[in-house]
Amino acid sequence: MSTTLVKNSALRSALRPTAPTAAKRAALTLTATRGKATLPDLPYDYGALEPAISGKIMELHHSKHHNTYVTSYNAASEKMAEAVQKGDITAQIATQPLINFHGGGHTNHTLFWENLAPKSSGGGEPPSGPLGQSIDKHFGSLDAMKENFNAALAGIQGSGWAWLVQDNQTGALQIKTYANQDPVVGQFHPVLGIDAWEHAYYLQYENRKAEYFKNIWDVINWKAADKRFK
Amino acid sequence: MAFTLPELPYSYDALEPHFDQETMEIHHSRHHQTYVNSLNAALEGSELSGLAVDEVITKLDQVPAEKRTAVRNHGGGHSNHSFFWKNLKIGTTLSGDLKAAIEKDFGSFETFQQQFEKAATTVFGSGWAWLVKKDAALKIVTTHNQDSPLMGEAVAGTSGFPIIGLDVWEHAYYLKYRNKRPDYIKAYWEVVNWDEASRRYKQSS
Repeated sequence: MSTTLVKNSALRSALRPTAPTAAKRAALTLTATRGKATLPDLPYDYGALEPAISGKIMELHHSKHHNTYVTSYNAASEKMAEAVQKGDITAQIATQPLINFHGGGHTNHTLFWENLAPKSSGGGEPPSGPLGQSIDKHFGSLDAMKENFNAALAGIQGSGWAWLVQDNQTGALQIKTYANQDPVVGQFHPVLGIDAWEHAYYLQYENRKAEYFKNIWDVINWKAADKRFK
Repeated sequence: MAFTLPELPYSYDALEPHFDQETMEIHHSRHHQTYVNSLNAALEGSELSGLAVDEVITKLDQVPAEKRTAVRNHGGGHSNHSFFWKNLKIGTTLSGDLKAAIEKDFGSFETFQQQFEKAATTVFGSGWAWLVKKDAALKIVTTHNQDSPLMGEAVAGTSGFPIIGLDVWEHAYYLKYRNKRPDYIKAYWEVVNWDEASRRYKQSS
């Protein structure tokens, strides 16, 4: 088991020349790149979420799409820092949409990988404890919540995400959709998210997104959601 | 009177290798078909269902509030894709009045190309990039989701009569180009139908 993980880890690192090793990352964090975003490693192999999500999609989604959000966010962040230093307010405002988009993309995907898991690591196992109880309280049952969630996903026009969120003041659970890469901020914090962008499913499901929305629950990592629930 | 899926003026593989057959088939027979079906459902019983779709999307304020989003999304989808299929053809050449107008309004064709590519590349999420005729000049604009410049400024954030347009929803390119939207945009220049564009430019005068 451990040799397989090492092999795949090395393979993944080899495929991602831009992703530093843990040691390098630690060193980088302390020097010139403090505050720089980095692509997080997946805690599972690309193929580990099959058949719900194909290995091909996971590889593209993580090593290309998410990686692009990381590098683009870092570029936008540098631009913003320069504009702040120069006191150039219009430049800051002009750069803000790029921060929102790429920073949001990085945030959302980081949370997404965490709230997915192979079946062998508990993917699909229903939530217990306080989160499970709160879901029953707010939606009637886990199945009712999933129906609600999938209806929200189906209703997204264009690109976006659906999230189970928790109200920071009342603690109540709610399902909300966000356009493009808008992150969950402000009144709510994210508990569980599902990516509804076409790139998240198209190679495997084509336009049959309802099938993707149904199957992904098999690999949802409720343990990660438990930790986010307050 | 229901809206119907227009037939393509060519076979699904006619735009190979630039736009792949599989994408053309799924894009036309499933995505566009779904917009048509959903538009028919949203406009059932409405007077607007007797109008051409390009007219319907200019009259969204006449649609009851609870149906408006559906008509905007699916009407826009039907209008945009009907336009798109005619906007594609291999082997045409930009010439005549349209060529002169592009050179006049952008300085050169190369500058126009660069600006169009930039616009198409930087659409956040799903949307379209367009060359439109607006107030006697050509402009490059973008729209979000299935909005069309025909919907006007108040709805789509822009306006104008479309001359050429490019779908940058991921379903338009993902099977062949994956995440590489810029490569798809470059390929568009091989299939953009300048004959249809010139016809539309003449029509808009």
